[in-house]
Parts: sequence; C-alpha cells; structure tokens
Amino acid sequence: MTARERIAGSVANYVDERTGAAAWMKKNLNKVFPDHWSFLLGEIALYSFVILLLSGTFLTFWFDPSQREVIYDGGYQPLSGLKMSAAYASTLHISFEVRGGLLMRQIHHWAALIFMAAIVVHLMRVYFTGAFRKPREFNWIIGVGLLTLGIVEGFLGYSLPDDLLSGTGIRIAEAIIQALPLVGSYLAFFAFGGAFPGEAFIPRIYTVHVLLLPGAFLALITVHLMLVWYQKHTQYPGPGRTEKNVVGYPLLPVYMAKAGGFFFIVFGVTAFLGAVASINPIWLYGPYTPGQISAGSQPDWYMGWLDGLVRMAPPLETHAFGHTISWNILIPGLIVPGILFTGMALYPFIESWMTGDKREHHLLDRPRNAPNRTALGVMSLTFMLVALINGGNDIIATTFHLTINQIMWFSRIAIFVLPPLSFVITKRLCLSLQRADRDLVLHGRETGRLVMMPHGEFVEVHEPISAEKAWLLTQHEQNPALALDENDSRGVRRPGALKNKLRARLSKAHAVAVPKVTAEDLKEIEHH
Amino acid sequence: MSNEIEAIKDPGLPAHVHRRADTDPKAAKKAERQVAILFLLSALGTVTMIGSYIFISQDIFIFFPVLGNTNAHQLFLGLGMAASLFFIGMGAIHWAKTLMPDEEVVIQRHEFRSPDEDRADFVATAKAGAAAAGLGRRSLIKRSLGLSLGLAGLSPLILLRDLGPLPKDELSKTSWKAGTRLVTDPGDRPIRAEDLEVGAVAQTLPEIAKGGHRALSDIGKDAVLLIRLRPEEFNLDAERLSWTHEGIIAFSKICSHMGCAVALYEQQTKHLLCPCHQSTFDVTRAAKVIFGPAARPLPQLAITVDSEGYLIAKQPFTEPVGPSFWERSS
Repeated sequence: MTARERIAGSVANYVDERTGAAAWMKKNLNKVFPDHWSFLLGEIALYSFVILLLSGTFLTFWFDPSQREVIYDGGYQPLSGLKMSAAYASTLHISFEVRGGLLMRQIHHWAALIFMAAIVVHLMRVYFTGAFRKPREFNWIIGVGLLTLGIVEGFLGYSLPDDLLSGTGIRIAEAIIQALPLVGSYLAFFAFGGAFPGEAFIPRIYTVHVLLLPGAFLALITVHLMLVWYQKHTQYPGPGRTEKNVVGYPLLPVYMAKAGGFFFIVFGVTAFLGAVASINPIWLYGPYTPGQISAGSQPDWYMGWLDGLVRMAPPLETHAFGHTISWNILIPGLIVPGILFTGMALYPFIESWMTGDKREHHLLDRPRNAPNRTALGVMSLTFMLVALINGGNDIIATTFHLTINQIMWFSRIAIFVLPPLSFVITKRLCLSLQRADRDLVLHGRETGRLVMMPHGEFVEVHEPISAEKAWLLTQHEQNPALALDENDSRGVRRPGALKNKLRARLSKAHAVAVPKVTAEDLKEIEHH
Repeated sequence: MSNEIEAIKDPGLPAHVHRRADTDPKAAKKAERQVAILFLLSALGTVTMIGSYIFISQDIFIFFPVLGNTNAHQLFLGLGMAASLFFIGMGAIHWAKTLMPDEEVVIQRHEFRSPDEDRADFVATAKAGAAAAGLGRRSLIKRSLGLSLGLAGLSPLILLRDLGPLPKDELSKTSWKAGTRLVTDPGDRPIRAEDLEVGAVAQTLPEIAKGGHRALSDIGKDAVLLIRLRPEEFNLDAERLSWTHEGIIAFSKICSHMGCAVALYEQQTKHLLCPCHQSTFDVTRAAKVIFGPAARPLPQLAITVDSEGYLIAKQPFTEPVGPSFWERSS
C-alpha cells in the first residue's frame, strides 16, 4: 500500500464512519448515463446557472442598487455632469473603471441568454421525444416553473442598471400591474413605493434578483436533478435498449470527465462571447427618465414574444360604471401567456388522458412516431415565433423597408392562420416520414446503382438495411385509439357522453399512423 | 396493448468496436500528449489573462476587422479567460473519449411503485398516526387549527402593507394648474409662441420654483409635447381648437397605452408614434389613435399665453394621463 493510498483510505474511513456514505457512493458511482448530444442541453442550462451565480456575485461587489440621484463624474466623458441614479452610475463604474468589470457584465448577460435558450431547447427536446411521460410529470412541471422564473429573473436582471432602455421596460411592467382590475393601482403603488418610478423599485427587485429567485432556482434545480438521478435518464430507442434497462457510460470516470469538461467548455464559450461580443452597452442609452425614450426599444428575446403580443393587440378598452378594463393589456400581457403556460404545464396529463396510457415510459419517441404531439409542438412554436417577430416589428420595418402597419397586420392575421397551418403540415410530414421508414424497411436502401434488365428495363438496386436499423425503425408501439362507446352495453347513453366524445376524437387523432412493418410483411416480401 | 402480430426482432446491442488507443500503445501515448497540450493551452490562457489584467491599460483601443474598435484590456482579459476555461474542458473530454473505458454498460431499471405490503403498511401507519392524534374525532381541534394556520399564513400580507402609500387620486392628477408656465426640458426656460416654428416640436414640463427639485415620478406624469402646425391644418371641434394657441397644440407625452414616452413625430404626416408598441396618434385630430394597441387619444393640455407672452396652461388636464387603471372613469 503506498502512502497515498493510506491517506486516501483513512480519509474515506473517517467520513464513512460518520456518514455511512460508502454504501451509497458504491451504488451511485456506477450509475449509468445514456449518451446523446441532446442530453447536453439541460447540462448547458445548469452550467450557465453556475456561471450566472459566479459572475453575478462579482458584480454585486460594485453595483449600488439605489435610485438616489447622483451627478456623474466618472470616466465616461459623454455622460459627464448628468443627473442619474446611483444604480446607473455604478454600472458605468463597473463597465469603465473596474478591471474585468465590463467582461463580467457581458459574461453575466450572455450567460443569461444562454441559460434561457438552453432551457427552451431542452424543453423542446423533452417535449418532442415524449420524455415528460410517466413517471417524469413532476420534473416537467418543475421545468415549466424554472422557465417561468427564468423569464422573470432575466427581466429583473436587465432592469437593474436603470438605463433608458430598461427603465422603459419597467414602465411597461408597471402598466401591466396597473391594468389589473380592482387591485391594479394599489399593487402598482405598493410595488413602486408610490407613483412610478419612485426610488424604491430598483433596491427591491435587487433583493428579489440576487436572493429570492436564485434561492428558488437552487431549490427547484436540486429537486429536478435528484429526480433525474433517482428515476434514471431516459434513452433513445435502438438495438439492445429497452424500457427496462439503461445503456450508457458509468458516472466514474467517463461521465464525470465529460460532464465536468463540458462545464469548462460552456464557461469558456461564454467568456469568449463576453470578450468579443458587446451586449447591452448601457452607456449608449443614457440614464432613465420617464420623459425620454430611444427608437427601437426592444426587450431581450425571451420577453420579445410577450411584447409582440402586446403590440398586435387590438385597441380594446371597456369603460363602464366608472371603471376601466384594458383588454389591450390584459389579453396579450396576462391572459394569453397564462393559458399558454398552464396548458404547457398540464400537457403530460392531457396527453395521458387522450391516449389512456398510464404506463411508465423510459424509451424516447422519435418525433415522427407521435405526429399529433409533434404537430402540436410545432404549432405552439409557430405561435411564439409570430409573436416574437412582431416584437421586433420596428426593427424589421427599418431593416427591410416595410411599414410598421404591414408587419403588424401580417402578424395579426398570421397569429391565427399560421399555427393551425403548421399543425396540419407537421402532422402530414410526420406521416410521410413514417411512410419513408416503412419503405426503407420493406425495400431497403437506394444504392444509386442502375442495372439494365435483360428485357431492357432499368431498375435501381436496393440494398437491405441492417438488422439494427430495421429494429430502430420498427421498435415503436402503435396503439389503437381508445374505444369509448357513447352508449353502455344496454344502449343507454353514458353520463359525460360529451366529454367521452371529445376524448375519443382526440384519441383517434393521436393514434393516426402509417402501420409499421412487421416480421410477416418482411416474409411476404421475400416470397416475391 | 402491443401488437399481436409478430414484430421485427431486437438484434441486441451491437458488438463493441475498440479504439486505436485501446490496442495500440503508440496511439495511446499520442492521445496522452494531445490531452497534455490542451491542458497547457489552458495554462497559457490563464497567463494571458493575468498579464492583461496587470499590464494592459484600460484606455487602449485597437482595431480588429470584425470587432471594430475594441478595448484591448477587456478583449485580451476575456480571450485569456476563455482559453483558460475552454481548454480545460477540451482536455478533459479528449481524455475521456480517447483513454477512458468506452465500453457501454447496461444496468437494469427498478420499478418505482412500492411493493403492495409496503403500501399497505404505510396506509396503516398513517392511519394509526392520525388516529393517535385524534384528528378525526376531535373536530374542535381540527377546525381551530385550520383557522389559526390560515390566519398565520395570511399575516405576511398585512406586514407588506407599508410597501407603499395608497394611490388615492395620484394617478389622476398632474402638476399642471391654470397659469403654470411651460418650460423647456432640458433647460427649464419659459417658451414664447414665436420660439416655435411651424413644424417644430418641443418637450416641456411645468415650471417649478427656482432651486426646486423635480422628481422623476413628476416627469412621468407632467411631460408635455408641444407641436406647432398651421392653424388651418387642425381638424378639431371648437372647444379643442380653443385649447390651442396660434397653431401650437399640447399633448401629454406619456402614452395612453403603457406609459412610454411618445417621442417620434413625423412632420409630413403629422403623426405621433410611440416607439414601444407603435401606437400612432393623429396630431391634427386631437391625437386620435389611428393605429396600434392604444385605446385612447393622448390627453390634450389647454394652453394660452400670459401677460408677458409666455405659454401657460389654461387649466389642468381634464382627464388622467398615462396608462389606464381600474378607477379611471373614462
């Protein structure tokens, strides 16, 4: 036994005698993780969160979250002598006088954008592969919660510097609060400590941004990861992969080296962006004052769809009995996003209700094999995309020499027309891909070799695909639609017949598929 | 549920293919060197970063083709940091991919559902616990506990009451009074009608006492935009026309939609546009909404001139300025 082994041994002994950790560690160090690039998306989100904590802590050492009015006398000449808040002045100080300050600010902002982007793409992966199905519904809901918190946290974060652009964003947030029926003006005055903008808001959202929400993130991420750990990761279908096993690499050493290495890569790439790509140059916007604004005011992209919805809303207000309800704010700013996010959170339960499927699923779906789900996802994304495009309508107008009115009318119509259209197109594409899979298994791969038959006909030689590939293309389940009779066995209409009818129709739509190839089909084709 | 028809068979996990480094010691040695080089590149990055921090002054700008004029301190500090982190990651992953075992491992999943006897035991224990506490029988305790927990849970709401004052009529009034002079923003100079040419726009605020402080929350309600047209260009009723002075018309600059500053004036069309959500207002028709999500015109401020010829407010705003709220009556 070498000296090193002796020291390691006694340390391990010391810890184990006090915690009994060895048994747990033995079991978990051999934990197997399946490998796929799309499983890295959640990791990117996790690592950017760590980067956000590190860079954010750095920024707090100099940032002064105060709306106290100061006269700027720092190093950035164009703003010299201007009245501004201490928050804005200290952000300028971080950008121009603290060494590495601008780099950290830019890393922090880039990391926030990467965090949100990784969450969204991770969510898309989980959705389109059906990874949210039993037993992972809790984790889906936690994920939706993290996405929602991320949007709020990002908004509060870029509002902190109190520059002209972000102050305008706060102004809009205040208007949304103020628009709430009954309690709106009260909530706005409580949040802002009086009339907008007051001097209380930045210090308050600072506490929320650096303490409350990061705490909530930590708690939710911990539960999210513990569930992933305990339930074991899902895996893509393929030869040797079943609902009962996990095929992959052990935690120690391969997965640890890869995941740990990947953290440094994400951090490195974020630092590179922070070094070369300017982001949120607040010194160009100037300090916030409610009487001014800059053209082309845009939120960050994860808020852009919300702004786009608000922009396309019709000018509707109700004035009755001495009260006002601003539908032009409530519908796009609260009601539609509320419906979207609630629907998203509940989707696993809706799908299991539609299909009647209550079993556990650990093998992922290929998106084409769940055409209804895939089409619904593309439909939602299309909706978001139209909203996002309209959120940049002023920029698009000036870039492409269009008028605002043209883009706004395009969006107002497209938000109703394009999502259903994309549903239909996606569903058809999925079924076509299923048909292509079927052809591939039945007739093999096109080799591109043309052969002239004795009688002069040209045919292309097809080569049978491998057994592995044939398995991949046929392993999925094809379940029939739920049989829900309107009447019971005695011919009496069941209670809740309308609900059953809806369920049966949805189930039928969900079960549409091109029949997959069976062994019999193959035998039959061999005879020819 | 699954198909009765015979499906194609799972051929099982494909045979493992060894890497060159697994069998060829030379290849393994080469991979080891590659990993070491990657780690050394990281060290080089850290040295660059520390060197930039100490030696590159913060006021040097250099030109790069794609980046434009860039601050050298920030650029090299960042590039050093990026390399220092990135190559640690590359090294670790290259190491894992070339030298660590790459044979796939298969483990079995366990069922999440607890065995039936455990579930039965759990139910029995929970029931016994509840029975021992007597929650079911002692409804007085249950109800009073529910009441006290509910009340205690609500108490934070009362503690938050002092976050801010009640709105009262704050949202409905501004600093404008009959006779308040309009002054330029910035500059705080009073304005004569002849200071504004036809087609000109001016951002104004109500005059305050010398040395007085103007809070941002006042600007957020008081900001007023002056626009001068030729009087015949107006398309206003008699009352609104009397609120103008020699072709000068005054509107609240705070958007009636969500409170942004309505700052974009198009001289040719005489339209005011809010850059936030593109609500468009027609100046000639008392800021009527002609496009976008705003539901109400911008409130118009009645103006005239005082004895010295300076522009003043004839009366306060006749309606609240800014975005809508529940208590707003029109």
